[in-house]
Order: sequence, then structure tokens, then C-alpha cells
Amino acid sequence: MAKSILKRVLLLIGTLLLVTLLAFIAFSVIPGDPTEAVLGLEATDAQIAAFRERMGLDLPLWQRYLKWLGEFVTGDFGDSFNFDMPVAQLLLPKVGATLTLAALAFALIVVISIPLGLLCARFAGSWPDKVLTVLDQLAMSVPGFVLGIGLMYLFALVLHWFRPEYVPPSAGLLPHLWYMLFPALAVAIPKSAMTVRLLRGSVLGELGQDYVRTAYSKGRSRSSVLWGHVLRNAMIPVVTFLAMTIAEILTGSIVVEQVFGVAGVGRILITSIGNRDYPVVQAIVALVAIVVVCCNFLSDVLYRVMDPRIDGR
Amino acid sequence: MPKLLKRALLLLVVAAMLAASLCACTGGTRPSTGPSAPAQSGELPTQPGAPDGENSVTVGIAQDLDTLDPHKAVNAGTSEVLFNLFEGLVKASPDGGVIPAVASDWDVSPDGLTYTFTLREGVTFHNGDPVTVEDVLYSLRRCNGGENDGVPIVSSFILDSATGESLIRSIEAGEGNQVVVTLAEPRLEFPYFLTAAHIIPADSGDTIGSDPIGTGPFSFVSFTPQESLVVKKYDGYWGDPAHLDEVTFRIYTGASAVNSMVMALQAGSLDLVIHLPNTYADQVGDGAVLQSTMKLVQALYINNAVKPFDDVRVRQAMYYAIDVPEIIDMVCDGAGVPTGTSMYPAQQRYFLPELAEVYTQDLEKARQLLADAGYPDGFDMTITVPSNYAQHVDTGVVIADQLKAVGINAEVVPVEWETWVSAVYRGRDFQTTVSGISASDMTAREMLVRYASDHSKNFINFSDAEYDEVTAKAQTTLDESEQMELYKRAEQILNEQAASLWLQDLCELVVLSPELDPDSFTFYCTYVLDMSSVRFK
Amino acid sequence: MKRKNWYLTVGAALTAVMAAWTILGFFWTPYDPSARSAADKYALPSLAHPFGCDYMGRDIFSRALEGAGTTLTIAAAVLVIGFVFGLLIGALCGYYGGAADAVVMRLCDAVSAFPSILLALVAIALLGRGKYNIIAALGVLFVPSFARLVRGEFLKQRDRDYVKSAKLMGVSDLRIIFVHILPNTWPVLLSGLTIGFNNAVLAEASMSYLGVGVSPTEPSLGYMLSESQAYLLKAPWFTAFPALVIILLILGVGLVGEGVRGQLGVEP
Repeated sequence: MAKSILKRVLLLIGTLLLVTLLAFIAFSVIPGDPTEAVLGLEATDAQIAAFRERMGLDLPLWQRYLKWLGEFVTGDFGDSFNFDMPVAQLLLPKVGATLTLAALAFALIVVISIPLGLLCARFAGSWPDKVLTVLDQLAMSVPGFVLGIGLMYLFALVLHWFRPEYVPPSAGLLPHLWYMLFPALAVAIPKSAMTVRLLRGSVLGELGQDYVRTAYSKGRSRSSVLWGHVLRNAMIPVVTFLAMTIAEILTGSIVVEQVFGVAGVGRILITSIGNRDYPVVQAIVALVAIVVVCCNFLSDVLYRVMDPRIDGR
Repeated sequence: MPKLLKRALLLLVVAAMLAASLCACTGGTRPSTGPSAPAQSGELPTQPGAPDGENSVTVGIAQDLDTLDPHKAVNAGTSEVLFNLFEGLVKASPDGGVIPAVASDWDVSPDGLTYTFTLREGVTFHNGDPVTVEDVLYSLRRCNGGENDGVPIVSSFILDSATGESLIRSIEAGEGNQVVVTLAEPRLEFPYFLTAAHIIPADSGDTIGSDPIGTGPFSFVSFTPQESLVVKKYDGYWGDPAHLDEVTFRIYTGASAVNSMVMALQAGSLDLVIHLPNTYADQVGDGAVLQSTMKLVQALYINNAVKPFDDVRVRQAMYYAIDVPEIIDMVCDGAGVPTGTSMYPAQQRYFLPELAEVYTQDLEKARQLLADAGYPDGFDMTITVPSNYAQHVDTGVVIADQLKAVGINAEVVPVEWETWVSAVYRGRDFQTTVSGISASDMTAREMLVRYASDHSKNFINFSDAEYDEVTAKAQTTLDESEQMELYKRAEQILNEQAASLWLQDLCELVVLSPELDPDSFTFYCTYVLDMSSVRFK
Repeated sequence: MKRKNWYLTVGAALTAVMAAWTILGFFWTPYDPSARSAADKYALPSLAHPFGCDYMGRDIFSRALEGAGTTLTIAAAVLVIGFVFGLLIGALCGYYGGAADAVVMRLCDAVSAFPSILLALVAIALLGRGKYNIIAALGVLFVPSFARLVRGEFLKQRDRDYVKSAKLMGVSDLRIIFVHILPNTWPVLLSGLTIGFNNAVLAEASMSYLGVGVSPTEPSLGYMLSESQAYLLKAPWFTAFPALVIILLILGVGLVGEGVRGQLGVEP
């Protein structure tokens, strides 16, 4: 077990190096380099040479990667071309907003999907299951941003439950969280639908297993079997799925942030892409990739820890 | 320093449509279409402050601030807001003139070359320090390129845009609290140029961008890119104090900027929005709605240096092919004012309304001109538009559709505003673009001299010998009526040559929340958002 | 069993209707989708304009037809690129295995670590905007997931008896891959295709919504949604109909995928 996890950790480090390398290379092979963007068109050759040397652009690619990686690890993401400030300083408040959104969305997914998934499985084939299955399929078909627009219309413009304008954390934690609840719902609902589907299938699969029949034959009640035995096993794929969902929550947030005007990573990413502000885009891409890789790792490890049947091959 | 270089050439001149100017010169009709009529002007202020007791407002702006350094601001939208923090020796007055600010008065020598400014007593910076001659010398010299290898960073100070030579010969201390500025050539409009030369504390060049200290009615509190700029009332202000204690400028960017602002208005979370396209008039909640024009020229700006647009017949054909009244109908509900040249109607003395009648839609003529130019079947082209300005995007879409009739296949390419500035305006890497250009210093000169063939702001690469001659002569003359005739001739040339497809001065709205006194909003002839006069009812 | 058929039936019917409707849009729209009319600005849905009109008086029904066409064309092109290359790479890797397989799959894993919309956005940052850049970017990004799917299936199939006997009979590798194994993997591939299709529609719509998608002169459903958001209160139908079209497109294909999986007992 320990050996297997060690192996996974080594693999994780390898993958992390690979994704950062990809993120680095993508922005190093682009036509032209940051020189023009920073110095402008009127720069002299001497200025350009001095700038290239200062920025280390005259070094070979692999040295630049190591240098960049070293700085990246220590939290130095370079300077934004567009805003007169370091990328790290620019991103810090945005990362906070996006993480809040992602955390809320994740909590909502868990709160919504686990009871509903169990409900579906418990009443499989009867009317609550059928209704939920149809709703589920519908929810899965609504893109997050379309749902966001819908929520905005209903809750902000018609019901006036919230003002359709971003409330930064500086305006108070509770108002901030209340506002973020709606974009979080837009992210969470489609994902919850998938989780419900998965949990239902997983529980039903477990209910057909031998050990369940054995438990029944020993005279255990249906709910005691469900809660005592089935749930633990049925949760395995769900937990690993949820760990992997974090990545999708982050992506979903990028678009949904735009609907709700949340000043998060997605918003600055879109702006920076439009402006070709490469240091910002590069930092965000690398950060997101790291989060995703770590989530996949986590899901993998959880899977192994929770289900002893899987050997450490 | 690199950023300095980059910005030296294009200070404050580009105005996108929302980041443009407002003024009472001709526009500024008030009150208007707001569902709830604004209060009677004679009403006494019974409620000093918002219902919640806080004397603060939130203003929506549709453009991020590119810098807090007033000398380096490129975007008109930035200088519009920074007007509240900084002042020059003189500043813009609502009626389109200049009024003394940090200077209390000034004299001009008969040859028009020497200006002597007397500093006002009792003007202090936001940190409490009095403004001294040293501060003024430092600020003016910095604007004149003191920290930029001698190339002025206030663009109207540039005499020769090829070499970066300055119009200003010297900036020296005079007797007592006087400052003497000597010019290389006379300029009737020189005081107007000085509205961009804001006074900052001596030697604060390295810190002004993060810690903006000026002499204006508001002082800096905080700035978060893409979120907000917060300013508060400066109690030590020399002039009429601001009515509000705190103003938050909330920043909206990207393609959804206007959408978000409209929704925020509907929900009542914004107190004031300027530069709102007038097509949103009926969706802005129950506030007062004031209508005005933007004091800019919206045009399909054409890169005259690239094929096929280097042929005047092609440009004229395109002008005949489009239907300007329909564009105005679509993007301004018919309320924009057609222009026909690079001049907006608020410049009453210079504006030639008849030029807007020259190119009325005539598809036959357009096809003939295209055929003469060798493009009987039309051609493919791109229209670059700044994506944060829905009206420019929509105008591009309408033009693209209208051009189809003569076989021209135009693709509309939206770009971020910052990309528009760097690639289109600065880099001149475009075929055509829809945008709005206004005058940073309120002068007719600013709208016209920029198209002289070697001018650094001639982003459309227009080149015409007569035009160069006329504008050069107009600049140096000391005879105002001669200058006016020369500028009018320049306007005609821009129309005759179809240097670009001049469209309109856009109509726009200022929306104030019901709690604010709509009569307290001051319209200016240029892009200034003066928050010091705004107050609650 | 009954419900599974229901999925397939409803899904297929819905998809057929949507496809027919979209294809109709390539040949005929009731109005010119870009024709403006000052008199019809914000017109309510009516017999003349079943979906109403937008802020320039353009017929939303015609624009939604054209927009669905744009969105579907992009999704289909993306799917073709992703599927063809994914199939080739996955089949070869799965069938032969070995070091090349390990390297390619590690690379696929690494690329999959970046969320696809994020990568597509980055690709647009590097390549510039435009329909073809989007197709290229999304297409390439769809390759790894297809490759993994196909590889997994080939890995399962290659040790089956029918493959072994074919080998013994001297059938060429290529023939085994494409004639013998491939038909046996189609249920899984079909289910993968439906998921891929929905992801492609979603990605295009999201990108156009974010303003980094197609040109505004070429309406797509996502772009219509971004245009409409400012008029949400004034003209809700401007938002509602493009949204409905997107939802029905995804729902139909999603149901088909669900039906296929149920029918054949395949897990997604």
C-alpha cells in the first residue's frame, strides 16, 4: 500500500513537471516574444538586447524553464504586461473569489447529490426515481452559463433575492457568500445531476452483490443494510468522481464568473487572453493544471485507500 | 521606463465611445426620459445623504484604469476619472474653456511664446504639503519628457512627432511664486494643452502610479484592477469642496460590461453611470436619465496605407455603399448626430453639418467607383472592433451587412480594448476599425492635426499634401479667424478624400439614482467625470 | 428495459427534429438573419416572428436557425478531428502497446490535466480568434480523450480469441484493427461520441458567450446569448429561445447516448 502510494507520488511529481513544462512551452514558442509587447514598437536594438538579457530571454529554453519553474515555485509569477503590478499580487484576490466559488459549488454538489442519489436508489423504479431521473437528464443538458443566466433572471431580476452585481469579500463575508451562492448553484446543478446518476447506479450495483443478499438472509432490515454496508462501498466511485469534479468546477467557474461578473480568476483570464497578457495567462494555466493534477492524484489515492480490493499494481 | 516609451506617443487621445466626452455645449438636455422625473431644481436639500445615512455613491465605469499616473494615462476613461484626483495649472471648465486651477492666473507675451503663470495661494496636495514652484517645475518637466529622454509624455507638447522634439523650450521659475514657460512656436491653444499636465509632488514620479497624490477635490483610497477605484473627499481642497464623502468607481470590463452595468442599475446597486448607450434608456430603473452626445467622432477608420484602401475611389465607394442614417437608427435609436468629417457638433464654431450630406447611400455610384478602382466584384476585408463597446461592435456588424450589397465581404473581429490600443491605434496593424476619437484637450486642433501625414497619432496613415500644408499653417497662426478657415478646409479634405467613413457623434445617457440630484451633475465639453458637484437631493 | 428504449426513442426523435431544423437553416430561413428593422426592435414573439425580434429588429427565429447551424458545424468539425485522430492514435496504442503507447498515454494524461475550455482559450490567445482556430483548437483537445477511450477498448479486445485466431490466419494488423476489432468497439465509441458532441457544443457556446468565439457577423447560439443578456428584463425571449435550442440539442444527443449505454449495458 505505502509502496503503491509512493509510486503514485513520484508519478504525480513527474506529471506536475510535465504540465508545467507544457504551460511554459506553450507561451515560449509563440511568434514574437514579450519584448515588443513591453517595449513598444519604437524600441531601439540596444534596448531590446538589454531587455532580453535582463529577462533571460537569451538563455536556452531548458534553462529558462528551470528559472521560470524556480520562480514559480517561490510564488514569483513575473509581472503583468497590462497592469502595472506583479502577477502574484494581481491574482491573489481573484484566486480567493474563485476558490470561494469552487468550495461553495463543491459543498452544494455534495449536499444536493448524495441525498437525491440515495433517494433514487432506495425507490428505484418507483415514481420519485422516475421524476428525478427525468429532472436529472434535463439538468445535465443545461450548460452552466445558461443556467446562470436563468438564475440571474429569476432570483435577481424577478424575485430580487440578490442584486445582480458582484459583492466583493470586502463588503462583508456573509453578503459575499450569499451572492456567490448563485453562481455556485449554476456550477453545481449540472455536476450534481451527474453525481446523482453515478451514485444511483453505484448503489444499485452494490445492492445486487452477494454480501447484501447474505445480510438480508441474516434478517437485517433494508435501511440497515443500505446504511451499514452498501453506502460505504457505493461511495467509492462517487468520492473519486467528486475529487475529479473539482477540476471541472474550476473550468465551469471560468464561464459562470463572467455571467455573474465575479471578479475571479476566470474574469482576469478572459481579459488577459484578449490582451495577450502572457505572464498572467501562463500563471493561471499552470496553477489550474496543478490543481487538476493534484485532484486526480487525490482521487486515485482515495480510491485505493477506500477500496482494499484494488491491489497496488 | 519601457512603459513610458510605449505611452509617450499616444497620450490620452483615444476615446472609445464610452470613454469619451460629455458636455453641455450643445447636448446635455436634461431632465429627460427617466420614468421618475427629477426633482425641482429649487427644492431644498432635505435629506443630506443617502437613506442609509452614508454620503457615498458607487459609479459604474466601463473601462479599467490603465494606470493611476495622470501623465501616463492612455485611456480617455482613465483621465476622466483621474480628473477628480489631479489638477493642472489650469483645468477644463464645463463650457469648453479652461479655468485657472493650481495657477491663479497667467500672462502671455505678445509674440505668443512666453507664458507666465502665478501659482494660487493655499493649494495643498492630498498629503497636506503646500504646492511649491518646485512641484510645478517637476511636474511640467516630467510631462515634457524629463524622465523620458526628453520626449514629452503629454502628446500635445510634441512639436515634431518624428524626432520627439518638444514644443516647449524651457520651464523655469519666475519671480516669487511664478513659473515661466517658453515655447518654440506660438500656439493659440497652449493653455488647453496644460489641462493634461497635472501637478504632482516633486520627485514622486516613481510612486505616483501606486500612491497617486494630487490637488483635486478627492483623494485616493484604494484601487483593485478589474474591481474598483475608491476615492474620498479631500478636506483641504482649495476650491469648492465636494458634496460626497466617498466615491467608488466600479469597473466593468469585457464584452458584458454594459450588460452588467444595466443590470446593476436595474437592481439599484449603482448610483451613477455615464456613457450609457441611449438604446438602454427604458431599462435603467427609476433613476433620472440625462441625454447627451459623446463629443467624439465614431467612424469606420480606414488604414489608408494598405490595399485596397490606398485608393480614394475604394474609400469613396464604401462611403456611398453604407447607409449612415440606418446605422444611427440601429445603434442610437436615431439620436446620434451625423458628422461627415473628423469634428463633432459640440465644436460649434468648427462643425460643418453639410459634410454629413455629401455621401448619401448610392449603390450604383459605389459599384461604379469600385469598378473604376479595379474591384468590380468587391473584396474581402476585416473590421476590427473593441469588444467592450457594444455600439462599435453593432456598428461594425451593420456596416458589414450593408457592404455586402456592393460585393464587399467584411468580417467583424472583436478585440479587447487594450489590444485595440496596442495593435490598431499604436501598431496601425488593421484594415478598418470602428471606434470613436475625441479631443483630449477640447481643441479642434486635436481632431484635425492628428491626420497630418507624419503625425504620431495618424493611425489611419492618411496622407495628403494639401492637408499637411493647411494643418501646419493653422497650428502656428496667431490669427484666430484664419485658423478657423484653415481648420474648416482641413475638415473638407478629410471628407473629400473619404479618409475614413465618418459616421456620427453617438448619443449617450447619464443615469443617476433617484436619491441623487440630477441637476448637480455637470456636463463638460470633454471627457471629465466631475464628481465634486454631484450631491444627494 | 422499457425505460432504456424510452431514452433512445425520445432522444433519437428529439435529435432528428433538431437536426432537421438545423439543416433547414442552411437552406432557408424565414427572414435574412442579419436583416434589421427599426420598427421591429424588441418585437414580442408572434406569428410573423415566432421567437420575436432582437435589439436591432432581427428575427430571432432566423438567427437561431443560423446560429444552430454555426454551432453544429463547429461541433461536428471538432468531433471529426478529435474522433479520427483519437481513433488512429488509440487504436495503434491499444493494439501494439509498448513504450510508444506509454509515452503517448502519459502525454494524453498531461494534456487532459488542463480543462478543455481553458486550453481552448489559451489556444485562442496564441492563434487568434476565428471559426477555424476554434475548430482546430477544440479538435486537437478532443483527441486525447478519444484516444484513451479507443485504447481502452482495444486493450480489452486484442487478447480475445477472435483476434488471436485472425492473427493465426495471417490477417494483416491493419485489417484486424479496422475490420475485426473496430466494429466490436462501436457501442463504446458511440457513447463516447455523444458525450464528445455535447462537450463540443458546450465548448463552442461557452467560448462564443465569452466573446472569444466566432465573429459577431456569424451568429452562433453562444454569441446570441451574450448579446441578449443586457436585454434580459426587457426582452427575455431574446435569451430564452437560443438557450432553449442549446438545451434541446444537448438533451437529445444526451438521451441517445444514455439509451445506447442502457441498451448495450455499457458504462460511460
